Amino acid sequence: MTEASQPLPTAQDERERLTRIQIDRSCRQTVVWYYSSAVFWLLVGSALALAASIKMHSPGFLAGWEWLTFGRVRPAHLAAMIYGWGSMAGVGTLLWLQARLTRNRLPFPTLLPATAIIWNLTVAFGVVAILAGYSTSIEWIEIPPSTAILFGFCIAVIIAASIRMFRSRESSHTYVSQWYLFGAIFWFPLLYVSAQIFLHTPAARGAVKAAANWWFAHNVLGLWFTPIGLATVYYLIPKVIGRPVHSYHLSLLGFWTLAIFYNWAGTHHLIGGPLPAWLITVGIVGSVMMFIPVVTVAVNHHLTMVGHFHHLRHSPTLRFVVYGAMCYTAVSFQGSLQSLRSVNEISHFTHYTIAHAHLGVYAFFTMVMFGAIYYVAPRLLNAEWHSAGWIRVHFWTTAVGMAIYWLGLTWAGWEQGRMMNDPRIPFLDIVRFTVPWLWSRSAAGVLMTIGHLSFAWLFWNMLRRRGAWLPGPTLLFWKRSAESLPEGAAE
Amino acid sequence: MNRAWLLALGVLATLIASMTGLVLLPDKQLRPTEPVKDEDRDITLPAGYFGDAEEGRRVYMDLGCIYCHTQQVRPEGFGADLERGWGMRRSVARDYIFDDPPLMGTMRTGPDLMNIGARQPSAEWHYLHLYDPRITSPGSIMPPHRFLFDLRRFADGLPAEAVRLPEAFSPGGPAWIVPNDRARRLVAYLLSLDHNYEVPEAR
Repeated sequence: MTEASQPLPTAQDERERLTRIQIDRSCRQTVVWYYSSAVFWLLVGSALALAASIKMHSPGFLAGWEWLTFGRVRPAHLAAMIYGWGSMAGVGTLLWLQARLTRNRLPFPTLLPATAIIWNLTVAFGVVAILAGYSTSIEWIEIPPSTAILFGFCIAVIIAASIRMFRSRESSHTYVSQWYLFGAIFWFPLLYVSAQIFLHTPAARGAVKAAANWWFAHNVLGLWFTPIGLATVYYLIPKVIGRPVHSYHLSLLGFWTLAIFYNWAGTHHLIGGPLPAWLITVGIVGSVMMFIPVVTVAVNHHLTMVGHFHHLRHSPTLRFVVYGAMCYTAVSFQGSLQSLRSVNEISHFTHYTIAHAHLGVYAFFTMVMFGAIYYVAPRLLNAEWHSAGWIRVHFWTTAVGMAIYWLGLTWAGWEQGRMMNDPRIPFLDIVRFTVPWLWSRSAAGVLMTIGHLSFAWLFWNMLRRRGAWLPGPTLLFWKRSAESLPEGAAE
Repeated sequence: MNRAWLLALGVLATLIASMTGLVLLPDKQLRPTEPVKDEDRDITLPAGYFGDAEEGRRVYMDLGCIYCHTQQVRPEGFGADLERGWGMRRSVARDYIFDDPPLMGTMRTGPDLMNIGARQPSAEWHYLHLYDPRITSPGSIMPPHRFLFDLRRFADGLPAEAVRLPEAFSPGGPAWIVPNDRARRLVAYLLSLDHNYEVPEAR
């Protein structure tokens, strides 16, 4: 890391500090726009999620309105979370990280905030279109194809900004986070635009559209959220604990194996389906090969953290990020196992998959993004989080809520799959069996929503600068020897 | 690897490779697939969707049926779809050549619908089930779709499709449900879902 910690501040440190302040200031408008929008969509997505979850065990709930029927609320929830919350928090973090990593000011001070506004309008258009009955009914890409043009424009500006910062970077050394961010920023537009072409033109036909669907949907997680999430983890863990990443070479191996194998995993969503056997096998091989990047990244993160776990007690950023990083390992292992035919025969078509998806998008990516916002927002707004108590509420409700969510649906889904494969069990008996677990999901959802409301409240007060002026960080618990923390840890 | 363009080229190459392998090559392989000829009835199958069924497919999509119902029958020895009577054979790529997009689905909160037209050929059953799934399927957690129907209290002037509600579901006297256009089309589509015919690749 370039911001090495020093026992005593020198003139050099002071210059470093001023550069950082200038970089953060250049990011303020754009990144605050992206983050505020992300928090807004998080709340919208939570409301839609709760509605969908309650409808599953109490089908009469809000059943009178066609706009709010389960089959529309559920994809609207996904669109708000994926394209609203996840992508906007991701882009905000990605831009800030690149400015910091290349030690450049963020370019395009009017165009970039404009992309945030366009992005918001696009997501709003998509969510309303789904609720109004214009869903494409293609999972993960239910929003109308015209959105490709708007997202494409925003990403084009973001790519231009990324290249510009990268080309005029100070050091010729490229930190591993930068690799992941570059991957994400080029993968996403190619993926999104080509998927729209395959799905909405005769470029692919019939069953092949399903292959294109899962090639896309799996890669949104693998080549958009995962690299942004991992880049953030690679940046923030060393930053907060004040020591470099364990191994540079491992991180490179992790990046390129992810780039090569994740791509091919998507067709494991079609195991047992009506597509050529070789195509499914390729998907399974890609999924199993994912063990390599996952183990690499897990070892690297864990060996960086080893001996520094006590920081988890104090740093909200670290808590969220480490929770996320651990869940990345867990969800990836689970994913590789789930792609084996014998496991998939049971887990496919059940709530098990839903639990798995949330372990990826929520327990890994969303938690890492929470951590990133806790780190970045105070630096942009020169104010601290106004309440450590609300941060603790946020952490525990989301962490525990997610655990309940995953345990309940994983168990219920597995049993559901086993029962479904036993033709002697009437189908409605299986439905009745799952209902109590669907209630547990709603309970988890209430907890997570309380967490999101606390977070939104904190963020709102951050925007109003209700917290202390920046000199000291908000720590979860005051530390007796706070002055002994390395500089990077002072957050 | 410190050049932006080289890094960009590398990451793009990985994605283009998988796009070729997972989308373009399968399309090349499956593109020549044609419907099969049914000599007895002098038709080709799958027949595709026409009229109300074609429009009903759009209703199926906009109501998001896909989030709880699959349209794919698993092969013998993998799951129990055939034993459950969800079809007489596994689904094959040929079944979907007119499906744009295919509605294979990934979730079975409810049963598979690949052959629902053959399994449940009564329009009246479908109307009652859509109006309130618990009329026909006690314990179901499918949402009621009352917004697709008019409720009538008098027997006079009822259209032919009107269905009388069972007494337990019509408090306050006799009641009939009259499907609107969207309900009629949706049911026409559901009744068209029947893939119980032989294809060479799934003998």
